[in-house]
Amino acid sequence: MTTEELDQIAAAENEARERFPHRVNVCVSAGCLSCHSQSVKDAVSAEITRRGWGERCQSKGVGCMGLCAEGPLVSTTNDRLYKKVTAADAGELLDSLEGPPVGRLHCPTDVPFFQRQKKIVLENCGAIDPERIEDYIAAGGYRALLQALSEMTQQQVVGEVTTSGLRGRGGAGYPTGLKWSTVYKAVGTQKYVICNADEGDPGAFMDRSVLEGDPHRVLEGMIIAAYAVGASEGYFYVRAEYPLAIKRLKIAVRQAERLGLLGSNICGTRFSLKIEIRLGAGAFVCGEETALIASIEGKRGTPRPRPPYPAMEGLLGQPTLINNVETYANVPSIIRNGGEWYAQIGTEKSKGTKVFALTGNVRNNGVVEVPMGITLREIVFDIGGGIANGKKFKAVQTGGPSGGCLPTECLDMPVDYESLAKAGSIMGSGGMIVMDESSCMVDVAKYFMDFCMTESCGKCVPCRVGTYQMHRILTNITNFTATDQDLAMLEELCDLLKHTSLCGLGQSAPNPVVSTLRSFANEYRDHIHHHKCAAGVCGKKAVEVSG
Amino acid sequence: MATYVAKPSAPTQDKRWKLVDATMRRVGQQSRGLIETLHTVQESFGYLDEQALRYVAMSLRVPLSRAYGVATFYHFFTLKPAGEHTCVICLGTACYIKGGPQLLETAQRDLSVEPGETTPDKKVSLVTARCIGSCGLAPAVVYDQDIQGKVTPQSLHEHLQHWTHHDN
Repeated sequence: MTTEELDQIAAAENEARERFPHRVNVCVSAGCLSCHSQSVKDAVSAEITRRGWGERCQSKGVGCMGLCAEGPLVSTTNDRLYKKVTAADAGELLDSLEGPPVGRLHCPTDVPFFQRQKKIVLENCGAIDPERIEDYIAAGGYRALLQALSEMTQQQVVGEVTTSGLRGRGGAGYPTGLKWSTVYKAVGTQKYVICNADEGDPGAFMDRSVLEGDPHRVLEGMIIAAYAVGASEGYFYVRAEYPLAIKRLKIAVRQAERLGLLGSNICGTRFSLKIEIRLGAGAFVCGEETALIASIEGKRGTPRPRPPYPAMEGLLGQPTLINNVETYANVPSIIRNGGEWYAQIGTEKSKGTKVFALTGNVRNNGVVEVPMGITLREIVFDIGGGIANGKKFKAVQTGGPSGGCLPTECLDMPVDYESLAKAGSIMGSGGMIVMDESSCMVDVAKYFMDFCMTESCGKCVPCRVGTYQMHRILTNITNFTATDQDLAMLEELCDLLKHTSLCGLGQSAPNPVVSTLRSFANEYRDHIHHHKCAAGVCGKKAVEVSG
Repeated sequence: MATYVAKPSAPTQDKRWKLVDATMRRVGQQSRGLIETLHTVQESFGYLDEQALRYVAMSLRVPLSRAYGVATFYHFFTLKPAGEHTCVICLGTACYIKGGPQLLETAQRDLSVEPGETTPDKKVSLVTARCIGSCGLAPAVVYDQDIQGKVTPQSLHEHLQHWTHHDN
């Protein structure tokens, strides 16, 4: 495969597309599929056939368009977007292609939800058919890989990523260039690359949207990474709960192999890479890199102390590069446009964009990509459209069980790694859950503690026993049976877990408690002293979450 | 010291063991492929029973304790057969603050079982999930692979009634 051949594929694809004056794109990501978008797509295709429009109108399934709560979403020629479309609307949609839009279903795109976003990772999501590599190539795909392989040395690729200032999108924000260069320099008989697609945070589904909407982008980023660090084997570690993402990844890998973009002697060079897909089996702790490696090795997913870091001793004791889905998805754009281009976006220490799954009691639920440094207020009120049902904003939770709840005072804070950490939360993988006054913060803290308790792998005592004790105290607070002493104990346990747990799960498990204690201490006091829950959630029988 | 053990033959004549064998061949009969193999067993048989665990452990030459350890460590694996229908209630954060717990209460009351259990007539299994990633549609419930968003206790109740009082 050469650049010329890629151009040919792209040209053929574009030519085929231009033969159709009209297009109807139906979202076939999991969110819209669960609102029966498949039947919409089938109805549109059937209607096209019935009218004999086979030459005039093309219909295809595309990835996530972002506004998941309004699904099924359909976009047509002239950049029109329709929401809550049903199979019965197919005829009307086709009628409108040459006339005014269907007012009943029309979803305006000149609103902040679409205008305020900046799309790099999601640039093809919702525009291309995720199951066709030709469509990705026509959108400029795999150019970056060829550019890296034919024009750049391994050091140059690592250098470009370092210049971009890209940081790990899995949550901790470790500089990606530094990680790549460590693995590049590490000595080993065999090196591995791993893509962490074990998106376990409850309330986060960005990685799933990317994998379902544009799997080739992640794959391309990973192949470039493997070239840069000198790896010849790679693994996608995907949640088994995401069957559609797994299916599309498998298709993507097969298609890339067929075109010689993956496999032996990629594009006629000496670089070879074999990629396999491994399914997770529902363990949150497997998002931690050493636990993930144990899981790929077929063992229980328990972490081990670091160092040695996986970059030196990872899978089967060999140097291993582990990055998150979104991190890899940024790489093709960085190589194509240069590290300096990427470094212009975002803030001084947090470059580029971040994809968030915006959910909870906010009007526009869905997946959004924003430049780093945007304020929380802009995300929640402009893009998100504010609180649904006219209630009052209370907090926004970021970072899942390892993050915290940010109150109204933090709304004007810029969203970047440092600011979020300073406010007691973390960037996390990108779940952003908006809560209104009907949510009780103690109950939310208990919910996350329950999660950590269930998900603790049991290897180290502080996490295994500490999360249990903290959950017990929080349950007592929500049952109105706790005392001030319990509260003091709770604070002490926060400190203990943070400093003595083995891995990130235990170390960050107290975060939801610490952050709510800091910003909503009055709620804790109301529960303990006045047996009162302002949100009216507590006092009832506690609901247990079982695995 | 491990002695050479010939690969055991499948426990029964069931054709589904061929799928399991195929997966084990694909992973090169190595212990690394344990999780992959268990996925295939669960996909083919619906759950992992002792017979299956013994067979897989012996074939991949890992101690039974390790196979059992892995099978019980990961939430995705189940050692009990599921009922005719499965109702998964998502308790991810978005679903939790939008009424997931009330849905769970409704289901528990209607079916008189705890999460993770199956009704005595083997009709319905009640399961909770940490997050199924359909947060935009919270609260979500999965009825036999079919994800439903914005579920209310009333609609859940009706769906469960339909399952328990009809044969399909």
